[in-house]
Parts: sequence; structure tokens; C-alpha cells
Amino acid sequence: MRAGTKFAIGALVIVAGVAGLIATGVKETGVYFLTPTELMARTRADSTFHDVGIKVGAKVVPGSVRREQNARTIDFRVTDGSSEFPVTYTGLVPDTFTDASNIEVIVEGKYGRDGVFHATEVLAKCGSRYESEIKKSGKA
Amino acid sequence: MTLLGQFCLWLALFTALWGAGAAFLGRPEARPDLARTAIRSTYGLAAALVVAALCLWKGLFAHDFNIEYVAQYTSRNLPTSYVFAAFWAGQKGSLLFWAGILSLFGAAAQGLTSRRHAALLPYVAAVTNLVVAFFVITMLFAANPFERLLFTPEDGRGLNPQLQNPGMTIHPPMLYLGYISITIPFAFAVAALLSKRLDTGWIHAMRKWTILSWLFLSAGITLGMWWAYVELGWGGYWSWDPVENASLLPWLTMTAFLHSVMIQEKRGMLKRWNVGLIVASFLLSIFGTFITRSGIIASVHSFTQGSVGAFFLVFLVLSAVLSFALLYVRWPLLEPEGQLESMASREAAFLFNNLALVGIAFSVLWGTLFPIISEAVRGTKITVGPPFFNRVNVPLGLFLLALTGIGPLIAWRKASAQNLQRQFIAPVTTGLVVLVSLLAAGIREGWALTAWALAGFVAGTVVQEFWRGVRARRRMHGESLPAALAHLVARNRRRYGGYVVHVGILTYMVAFAGLAFKVTREVTLSPGQTAELRSPYGHTYQLTHLGVSQYNQLNRFVSAASLEVKRDGVGIGRLTSEKRQHRDSFGRNTFEPSTEVGIRSDLREDLYVVYAGSVGGTDQATYALTINPLVMWVWLGGAILIVGGLMTMWPGGAMITSRRRSETQAGYEAPLVGAGVAE
Repeated sequence: MRAGTKFAIGALVIVAGVAGLIATGVKETGVYFLTPTELMARTRADSTFHDVGIKVGAKVVPGSVRREQNARTIDFRVTDGSSEFPVTYTGLVPDTFTDASNIEVIVEGKYGRDGVFHATEVLAKCGSRYESEIKKSGKA
Repeated sequence: MTLLGQFCLWLALFTALWGAGAAFLGRPEARPDLARTAIRSTYGLAAALVVAALCLWKGLFAHDFNIEYVAQYTSRNLPTSYVFAAFWAGQKGSLLFWAGILSLFGAAAQGLTSRRHAALLPYVAAVTNLVVAFFVITMLFAANPFERLLFTPEDGRGLNPQLQNPGMTIHPPMLYLGYISITIPFAFAVAALLSKRLDTGWIHAMRKWTILSWLFLSAGITLGMWWAYVELGWGGYWSWDPVENASLLPWLTMTAFLHSVMIQEKRGMLKRWNVGLIVASFLLSIFGTFITRSGIIASVHSFTQGSVGAFFLVFLVLSAVLSFALLYVRWPLLEPEGQLESMASREAAFLFNNLALVGIAFSVLWGTLFPIISEAVRGTKITVGPPFFNRVNVPLGLFLLALTGIGPLIAWRKASAQNLQRQFIAPVTTGLVVLVSLLAAGIREGWALTAWALAGFVAGTVVQEFWRGVRARRRMHGESLPAALAHLVARNRRRYGGYVVHVGILTYMVAFAGLAFKVTREVTLSPGQTAELRSPYGHTYQLTHLGVSQYNQLNRFVSAASLEVKRDGVGIGRLTSEKRQHRDSFGRNTFEPSTEVGIRSDLREDLYVVYAGSVGGTDQATYALTINPLVMWVWLGGAILIVGGLMTMWPGGAMITSRRRSETQAGYEAPLVGAGVAE
């Protein structure tokens, strides 16, 4: 067998290996990224959605944040304007997660059959408030 | 000042387009006067952009808050070094930084390239000018750093506290220098294709640029890891964030190129592949800037988002189509001169190394873009995170590490059984000794064991190569050990510098494997209460909460929580972690609070403490406590890598690889067995 052919076989093995790793990786670690409305629609249509890992991007309902006494469990509600549901999370929240209005969060976890989203991770993003202030007042 | 800056931008645009036009339309071979115009335009361009940059710095230091960019990113109470660094803190300044540095690199490429390659230079000028022109157009029409406000705020907004870190003053420019300098090799590749001068000339002309950009990228990525580690406070240094991934992509393709180009120089193979890698690296560097600047994918770098995404997308597509079309047209001229003769050859090892690097790059790109791909194809957004990237890249990375050891050991063309035996015995034994001793020490983590055993193997190859070279020199020239070592390296910097880089890489891998033994705990403590943490080395850390103190400092209000640390009952000091609320000079809060991490490092492990907040404003504090083994070795690996890279770049000295190819081909069997003998 020529060296070129041997190499082609070796290359195919590597390419197939990479493709296989990517495919199984996506299948086993991929997480749905949904809006609250999509999540509601999906769980209604298919109850197995209660058991898979899901990420939801939404806004925190102002005034809904409630911290437990030990400061490590936190409950709040999120919404996208049309659907709303409660979230519970135990762990450290990022600095950007405050009681201020208009906080966007990404919560990752499972939407339980109890109607509460059990988050394993909370990421918070605060739309640069000051920046928009300058823009609003500064430019016509 | 803004007027002058603005004028310089327009001047730069016209100079760039004029030079590019002169090069393209004037056909340099036929019109030497136009060729000179094209080359000179790069100097004019650089001068115009340097003046523009000075104008922006002037505005920043003068606290001219009427300039929107100055108001947005600085404030009166911002420390001076950060006022300087605010130049690249925001999008508009970054674009000016990009354009300015690229124009300087473009001019340097004209000035420093040997006259032998003069025929390429007008085309090189055309390409660098056009890329600069793109950035200038983006500034002029979408993100002008000299834009003025209708009113003058009393104070600026100040710099994002996460950017107020010494690492942050050098991490972005380093990374940008890496991204930017890839344009020069790309320009040479396009110039070679356009002028049909496709011998190895263009490769020699731009080789140092490829190493330079690779070095900047390496330094930028490592500094980025350090910044993430000390500033973001989640306990690690690499989170497979889209922006981190974007910086890794061109690094991977450049690394592939640095290896595969040796096959082209020595055997005349892989010409198409190499041009493809350079084009891909350039596109990925633009893609990286696009990901960072467009915010198309949610990222920890979201403070860098801006409105120029569409410009970048158009530029990216346009460059890709034009470059690959050009490559397609010149395809027949890039016929390989040699072919693979044996699987037991260095060529084969390098080919597999390239496949693995490109495979890693592809999987990282795929994972990064997967939310977008899945939404487009299946209508549902699916994201993948660190578990995906680790799963795919740990095996690929270890395969690559193994090749790092195999490549240098194996002969070009065809290795004999005798050669294989002679080369492999000592390194393989080293790897096995490492494996057995780790097993004896009770370590049972499969991936970590594999990584460390392979690292032992690679270290064995490097030591063997140095040892044999030194021994040969001592025998031939009767030199002392240090003299032999110095001469060996000096006479063949590229080869031995490359080995030092390999040591850097294996050091990284050793450090990454340490992550398998990470320990984390979250605790809430009242003053005087103690938490215990067991390190993977068997030590017990006792951390006693001392209390929370609050005070004003410089441009911020600080809440600091401190822990008294004992290891195995012996006091080793105090660790403090802070929450900082930054304020402007009127005492108003700016930005969200940020965290300062408390870290105690040694070569074995880091104790990493984050103060997560107090309970209801009392002295009771919540902490995230982490033991990160071997983190110090990441930074050491970076330092070794950079030393190795500088060694390969150091000017002067005989370069074995720049000999004519016919010679090297004829004399190949000799140098491969003992490089020192052949010298």
C-alpha cells in the first residue's frame, strides 16, 4: 500500500473521530436555549421537557427577588413580557444580579413539574444603563 | 484636536485607496513609478493614523468630556495609566488602534523586507492598505472616535471596573497585535498569488511575521487567562467563552501553519494547504474581532459590544470570497513537488499534527457558532458549554501532545527501524517512569495520568535533542558544556527555539490536567467561625473569618472580607477579597459592583477566595473557596513559550532551513540523526 493511501486512511480516522466527538458532544451536553414563551409551549406539548437541561433568557420581574436568610438561596420570577414563571436557585449570584429594574438573566437548569424552574446557574447582564443615559440626553 | 483627528482619518482613507489603486491598476512590473507610489503610500498612511491616535490620546488626557469616547470610558478620578489604556477600552478606540498598528506593520513590512522580494511588495502594500481602509471606513461611517456630544458632561462615566486591572492594560493590545500582524503574512500570500511568484520566496519574506503574530496571540491569550482568573472571580482561567474561543482559533491555524510550512520548505509539498491556512488565519482574526465587537454571541466580554457587526460581516464575506477565488484561479500553479513516502516520517507526523489542530479549531468554531447554526437549521437554539469543549478537545489535545513528542524524533522522508529505536527508547522510558510513579502515588484520574505521562515523554524528547546536539559539538569542537549549548542554539535558533516552545506547551498541558483535582466549597461564616478545605495533596486548610470592613478608596467604595489561613495548623497569612462599588468624582455610583479575588499561590496549588456578600449587611459573610492545583504552571508555561518564540525569531545566525531546497533534500539523512554533527 502506498504511503499516500495509508495517510488518507489515517486522516479519515481522525476526521471521523473529530466528527464523532462533536456529534456525541452536542447530543449529550447540548442545552436548549429558549424564551419563557417557548419553554411554556414546549413543556405543554411534551412533558419530557421537564427532564432535560434548559437555558432561558429572560428579564427579572422587578420586585420579585426574595433572598433566604442564609443568603445563598434566592427566589425570583422571570418574564419575556408574555409568559412568566418562578425560579429558585441556591448558590452565589453574580455581582450584576441586583434588585434594580431591567436585569436580563440567563438561567440554566430544569423546569420542574412543580412549575418552578430549578436553576443550577444564573448569569446576569445589566444593559449599560449609563451609556443609554448619555445617548438619550446627549444626542438628538 | 478632534478636527485634526477627523481630517487624518479622511487623509488615511484616501492615501490607503490611492496606494492600493496604484498597485492594482498600475501593474507594478510594468510601471515602477506606480509601484513606488504604492509602497510610499504605506508610510503616509501610517503617519496619518499615528497623528489621529495622538489626537485621541490628547483628548483622553485633557479630560475633554465633550468627546463622546472620552466621556464614555474615562473620568476625572481614573488613574493615569488607565486613562492611557482607555484608548482601547471601547470599540471606537479599538478600531483606531487596529488601523494604526496595522498601518505601522504595513510600513514596517515594506521597510524591513529584503530587496530580493521587491516584486511582491507593491501587492503587499495594496492588501495592507485595503484592510486598513476597511477599518477607517468603519470608523468614519459607524464608530467615529472623534464624535462630539451636544453638551459637555461634568465628568465622564469612567472605565468599567473589570478593566481596571494591570493585566487589562496589556491583554487587549497583545491580542490585537496578534490579530493585526496576521494581516502581513496574509498580504504576502495574496501578493504571491497575484504576482504568480509562488516559489518559497514569499514564505521566507514573511516567516518572521508568522512567528511574531503567533507570539502576540500566545501572550494575549495567556494574559487573558490571567485576567479572567484574577478579575472575574469564578475560580478558573478558561471558560470556553465565545470571545476566548475566537482568540484561540487563529492561534490554532497559525500553529498548524508554523509546522506545515516546514514541509513546504523542505519537500515542496502542501503549497495549497499552506496558503489556505494563512487565508483562514486572517479570516479568523477578523472573525475574532467581529465576535468581540458585534456581541452576536452572549459572552463575558459583553462590555465590548457595538454596532459595527454588519461592517465586519460584509468585510469577512468579501475577503473570504476574494481570497479563495484567487487561490482557485492559481490552483494549477501550486502543484506539489514531492509526495509522502512513508507513514514513518516527519512529514506524516506533521500532517497528523495539522489535522488535529484544524480539527480542534473546527470543533471550537462549531461549538461557538452552534447556537446560531442550530437556530438556522432546526429552528431551536441549542447551546453547548465547557462540557462539550472539554469532551471534544481533551482527547484531541492529548493526541496533539503525543505528536509534539513524536514529530521531532522521527526522520524526514522515511525513518528506518534503527532510527526509530535509537530515538524513542529514552523518551518513552521517561513517560513510563512518570506514569508508574504517579500510579504509585495513588493518582487514578485517567485523563490527567495520560497528560502527565505524555508530558514526560515530550520532555524526554526535548532533553534528548539538546543533549545529543551538545554532545556532538563537544566532540567536534572540544567546547565546554555551556559554550556548546550556546553555540548549538545560536546556530539553529529555529529548531531549538521550537523545542523550548514545546516545553512551554507541555507545561500548559501539565497545568490543565491539574484542573481534574480542583476543590470548591461555598460557606457562610460568622466572625471567628472556621471552614476546612482539604487539598488534593492531603493538606488541610483552615480558614477563619475575621470580619467585614468598609471604606472609601480612590475611585471606589470597598467592602473587604478577610480570612486567617492555616495550613495543617500552621498560620500562612491572611487572605482578603473585596466587593468594589466604583464611583465618579461626585460620589455617584457607576457600574455594577465588582469583585476582587484573594489568591495565595505557590507552585503546587492556589487558594482562591471570593467574598460573595454579607448576610443582611451583618459581619456574617458568604465565601466561595477554591483550591486550584498547578495554576502557577499555566503562567510559567506562557513565559517559557514566549522565550522559545523569541529564540526562533532572534535576528542573525545561520538558519539551516533557509538553505536552498536542493541542498537540504540531498543532504537530509545526515542532519536528522544528530543535528549537531551536521552543523
